[in-house]
Amino acid sequence: MSILSTLNNAIFKRTSTFALVVVGSVFFFERAFDVVADSIFDKINEGKLWKHIKHNYEK
Amino acid sequence: MASRVGRFYGAGLLKSNNGVIGQICKFATAQEKSSGRKKILSTLGVITGGLGALLFSLDQSVKASDLELHPPKNPWSHKGLFNALDHQSIRRGYEVYKQVCAACHSLKYVAYRDLVGVTHTEEEAKAEAEQVQVTDGPDDQGNMFQRPGKLSDYMPSPYPNPEAARAANNGAFPPDLSYIVGARHGGEDYIFALLTGYTEAPAGVNLREGQYYNPYFPGGALAMGQLLFNESAEYEDGTPPTASQLAKDICTFLKWTAEPEHDDRKRMIIKMLGIFSLLFVTSYYYKRHKWMTIKTRKIEYRPKN
Repeated sequence: MSILSTLNNAIFKRTSTFALVVVGSVFFFERAFDVVADSIFDKINEGKLWKHIKHNYEK
Repeated sequence: MASRVGRFYGAGLLKSNNGVIGQICKFATAQEKSSGRKKILSTLGVITGGLGALLFSLDQSVKASDLELHPPKNPWSHKGLFNALDHQSIRRGYEVYKQVCAACHSLKYVAYRDLVGVTHTEEEAKAEAEQVQVTDGPDDQGNMFQRPGKLSDYMPSPYPNPEAARAANNGAFPPDLSYIVGARHGGEDYIFALLTGYTEAPAGVNLREGQYYNPYFPGGALAMGQLLFNESAEYEDGTPPTASQLAKDICTFLKWTAEPEHDDRKRMIIKMLGIFSLLFVTSYYYKRHKWMTIKTRKIEYRPKN
């Protein structure tokens, strides 16, 4: 309970801190989400994409 | 929406002075439809259903009347929700296009720069572009001149205009291949079936001079002869150039030219599923949260005395 109340007092109570936390967490969420989604896609298509075959053609 | 519905029904449910009995006729489900209304509605329903059945049967009969052979579905490596195009295959398909198809078919909406990062490195794409001569100009004398191609140039067309193309091909125009996969029913399955499906004309089918029989082509008589045989093109990566391999690679290549955004689209499907499942959980929780007060309400009927 104390964690929740500290969280509430520190972040959610004031709009200023709440908005700041939203903006900051969006940055990290979006980065992490894109990395995970792209890695799933690359895993499914292992060996088919250009980046998997380009080492054969680059000097 | 939820709150509005809640307000409307909530007011009806919460009236305590006369009980719910007086209010119940206001609820849509409790209203009895008049017989005239019922007749109109059922007539409308019968007419709509009959029209639908008629249209469906007409459509079916049209389909049964033509003699076109539909292409079989092939297990393409890019088939499926998340499967990207095989870029090695696209690269081989480009070689097939260059060695076989480019003699008659243009590919005028694909530029050499489009190959960069898809099938070729930038240096390779530049080298490919430099192999062709492009008309540029006018120079400061007002004359057009020839120069080697650049990355920004589009693939050269074999004929200067459609009339020249017709004149050289027995009056048949070889279509531009840039978007052909999207422009034909069956897409790459159709192209593959067409390229590998040449047969002897059956008895009763008369072909004119310069026509070939292909059961997958609507009408059967096609001005393009069979061009893909075993080893009718060469691959630099050592893949055996069998006829079906050549056809498969050219189909993958043409799928890419028709849908260059194909891989991005499938990447976005994964992201869409992720984001929308999060949003679904959130909105479902929010809906339950907002409806909680209405759903847990109890209504009691207590007659006076």
